Amino acid sequence: MSALDRKLWRELWNQRGQVLAIAVVIAGGVSTLLMSLATLDSLTLTRDAFYRDYRFAEVFVSLKRAPESLREPIAAIPGVRQVETRVAAAVNLDIPDFADPATGVLVSLPERDGLNQLHLLAGRLPEPGRDDETVVSQAFAEAHEFEPGAHLSAIIDGRLQRLTIVGIAVSPEYIYQIKPGDLFPDFARHGVLWMNREPLARAYDMDGAFNDLLLTLTREGRPKDVIERLDVLLEPYGGLGAIERSDQLSDRYLDAELEQLAGMARLIPGVFLGVAAFLLNVVLGRLIGAQRDQIAILKAFGYSARQIGGHYVRWALVIILLGLVIGLGAGLWFGLAMAELYRGFFYFPYLEFSLRPPVIALAAVVTLGAGLTGTLAAVRRAVRLPPAEAMQPEPPPRYRPTLVERFGLQRFLSQPTRMILRHIERRPLKSLLSILGIGLACGILMVGRFQEGALDYLIQVQYGLAQRDDLTVTFSEPTSRRVVLELGARPGVDWAEPTRQVAVRLRQANASQSTAIQGLEPDSRLRRILDDRLQVQRLPAEGLVLSDQLAQLLGVGVGDRVEVEILEGRRERHRVVVAGLVREFTGLSAYMDLEALNRLLGEGEAVTGALLAVEPGARDRLVAELKAAPRVAGVTDRLTAIQSFMDSMTEIVLSFAFVSTLLAGSIAFGVVYNDARITLTERARELATLRVLGFSLGEITAILLGELALLTAIAIPVGFGIGWGLIALIVRGIESELYRIPLILEPSVFAFAASVILVAALLSGLLVARRLRRLDLVAVLKTRE
Amino acid sequence: MFQARGLTKVYVMGEVRVEALRGVDLDLYPGELAVLLGPSGSGKSTLLNILGGLDSPTGGQVIAAGRDLTQAGERALTAFRRQVVGFVFQFYNLIPSLTARENVAIVTEIAEDPMTPEAALDLVGLGARLDHFPAQLSGGEQQRVAIARAIAKRPRVLLCDEPTGALDSTTGVRVLEVLERVNRELGTTTAVITHNAAIAAMADRVILMADGRIQSVRTNPERVAPREIHW
Repeated sequence: MSALDRKLWRELWNQRGQVLAIAVVIAGGVSTLLMSLATLDSLTLTRDAFYRDYRFAEVFVSLKRAPESLREPIAAIPGVRQVETRVAAAVNLDIPDFADPATGVLVSLPERDGLNQLHLLAGRLPEPGRDDETVVSQAFAEAHEFEPGAHLSAIIDGRLQRLTIVGIAVSPEYIYQIKPGDLFPDFARHGVLWMNREPLARAYDMDGAFNDLLLTLTREGRPKDVIERLDVLLEPYGGLGAIERSDQLSDRYLDAELEQLAGMARLIPGVFLGVAAFLLNVVLGRLIGAQRDQIAILKAFGYSARQIGGHYVRWALVIILLGLVIGLGAGLWFGLAMAELYRGFFYFPYLEFSLRPPVIALAAVVTLGAGLTGTLAAVRRAVRLPPAEAMQPEPPPRYRPTLVERFGLQRFLSQPTRMILRHIERRPLKSLLSILGIGLACGILMVGRFQEGALDYLIQVQYGLAQRDDLTVTFSEPTSRRVVLELGARPGVDWAEPTRQVAVRLRQANASQSTAIQGLEPDSRLRRILDDRLQVQRLPAEGLVLSDQLAQLLGVGVGDRVEVEILEGRRERHRVVVAGLVREFTGLSAYMDLEALNRLLGEGEAVTGALLAVEPGARDRLVAELKAAPRVAGVTDRLTAIQSFMDSMTEIVLSFAFVSTLLAGSIAFGVVYNDARITLTERARELATLRVLGFSLGEITAILLGELALLTAIAIPVGFGIGWGLIALIVRGIESELYRIPLILEPSVFAFAASVILVAALLSGLLVARRLRRLDLVAVLKTRE
Repeated sequence: MFQARGLTKVYVMGEVRVEALRGVDLDLYPGELAVLLGPSGSGKSTLLNILGGLDSPTGGQVIAAGRDLTQAGERALTAFRRQVVGFVFQFYNLIPSLTARENVAIVTEIAEDPMTPEAALDLVGLGARLDHFPAQLSGGEQQRVAIARAIAKRPRVLLCDEPTGALDSTTGVRVLEVLERVNRELGTTTAVITHNAAIAAMADRVILMADGRIQSVRTNPERVAPREIHW
């Protein structure tokens, strides 16, 4: 090993605290990038593999009833590769020891080599001919701790039938298992049950017929063309309008989630890595600046600029590589953990973990690029000076009275305070970089925390102010309003309101979107329409009120007309004016006055559901009564639904928040600590001189840390601004059609970020103060004239 | 060996303009031991730095070992420093993270025909303290390591800037003895800067500087051994 290399390793070892702090900053950026991209890649890869291996269909359609003989004309549609017919039905479930209302969907088992194959996780498929055996979805089974052999009952065609669970499975069709119309998944109260086709067909009068259809397409097949022909073909059979895969509920939600994750994966690591790179550049630059005299000596001995540059580049490389290795390890670990968490959330049967070499290369290139630019710039500065000059102490810096003093306020400033202020003002760029560094660290700390508060806010607005019903009752078919009055008269019900929900497809020019129009009483108490400032809006007597998200998708504004295709009954098309827009965080909702909707549908006072406010103690009894009531297709309990979703969502959000807070915290500490250490190196002589002149240890500590404290105090509000900007960027980046996160920053977000910075500053201050105590006065004063 | 003509040097330090050299003509001859004597601020160090290729003059010309330093680029200056000159500084300027042996090795590793670090340290009487770090050595010992480091590459010229400036008299004399021995045994042209008039007695020639100019040059009839010098 050459003497220069030995110098390298010894100095790295002596500076190990700082080296580690810088490496941690790098690791923070790198691991966030790897974690996000690995999670995203793994989930995308897993989804694609699952779709392929289990032959997920590409076109889906539900209908009332069509004969099996229709298969042939459907298969003859150009572009169709494989056709699968099914029998499917929505049912109410009765689960032992579970009082809450639960619904399910019964689906006939896929044909051999058919589409939407099941991945059996436990047990077996129902034996042919059995009408009392079922395979249930994993999410549902886990929520109730069902094992093969467990029992539950379903109301199949009006008759309560006892079923034995013989298997537990996942399907590409229900990766995101959510009840149509619901915002959040609720695994305990909604399940998927697969059964043999014959008993289902018998029960629902589907012998030799089907009410659900799946297609895959040939390579040349265009979904739009196929859907158009299919809809024409199925219209006489009550077809509800075919959809392509991207509109299929599970895929749509999954896609929105992945889209959101992709937004995060691009933005947050970009921010982290960018911050880390910036800091690396600054810190390495300053560290090399402090070696100015050593560089001069090496030059005096005849080392060339290239050799000296090489030496410091190696020095920086070691630190960067250390950071990369830590970051790679941590990123891999976090990525695997996050992907596993998501796998459970989405119910994928397996996980294809992927960390692509280009991702690692990207992290390495960005980090090396940033680190080496900082290093080289500093080395070039140091090498450019003639050695004789570099060996001289720097010329006395040009101090001047600070702005405050020029205003004549100096009598209020002590001598040390003046030193602090002048020092900061003399090197405005360096002070600015320090402030920016600490501010960036503060900003990314906020990024890690804001989601939690924003989700709370979203829930509060959506469920505290807008949707205020305790129970939502869905009728099996349109019913008279009298039923709602009867519900309202039941003991324990405080208030009941009717709703009418109808599936529609909205079109404007080339844009089209499937959704449901919800008809409400104009002065509904339990489902309120809120404007930007959370003020309750009254529903207009005519016309549609759209969520701004939906209006944007369709490209319409207030006063425009949209085509409404009713997806039930006579399937009429109408042109309806958009009477208002409403800002909502979730979903693509459309609202209409109940009477206006009834007029549009050409029916009397029909309703499809009721919203109930109930007395707290009466809930369980009412749920039990309503489940048994005729015409009731389902009872949804709002609070429990939110609760269960929040539980699963919180785990993911909090894991992410924990990891990013950890990383942001280490970056923050790395920045503050390095800043303090380098300042100490740069000012050791000056401080030692003061000690010799009779200043106490406390006084010089105050001078050094006073500067740090002042910079930190300025940096925190700057950081708040940076954080707000970053979060605004992220909120825009992850907006999806399913929900967007409001740009709401709770005071706790600010408080948290500021506290971490303050703790980091305090710790760094203590560490540096300890070094200050060990400052060898004589040695410091002797080294240079 | 060295031939300087009409050297001027102006520093702009902060807001102050300093004329360090105001037209210096100087020759150094092979094998001689010259002492540049003068009060602080007289321009000695500036002259030495320019002769050694550590700094460039504002005006004038330097021919050293057949090369025109004033015309030399960065690459040529680096080669010159690497092959021709050895430096000894007032504050030793050892690299604190390297041992005595390694501080010498850092130079021998890039030299063409160096002695071993051990031999160089032996020459300055530090053969027994090879593996000590600078912080474990006294000031005089550190300066001797610096001398070993300067001579290990067998330079043709040794340039010493106040080599005893930071040392007490007894230690200073030991350092001078080492310099004298190197000059005598290896025949290295040696220039020593000092403001200490006593040291001038050990020189072949004494060059007196003041206010950026050479005031006089005198030749000692006889060199006095360092151990007979006191201050």
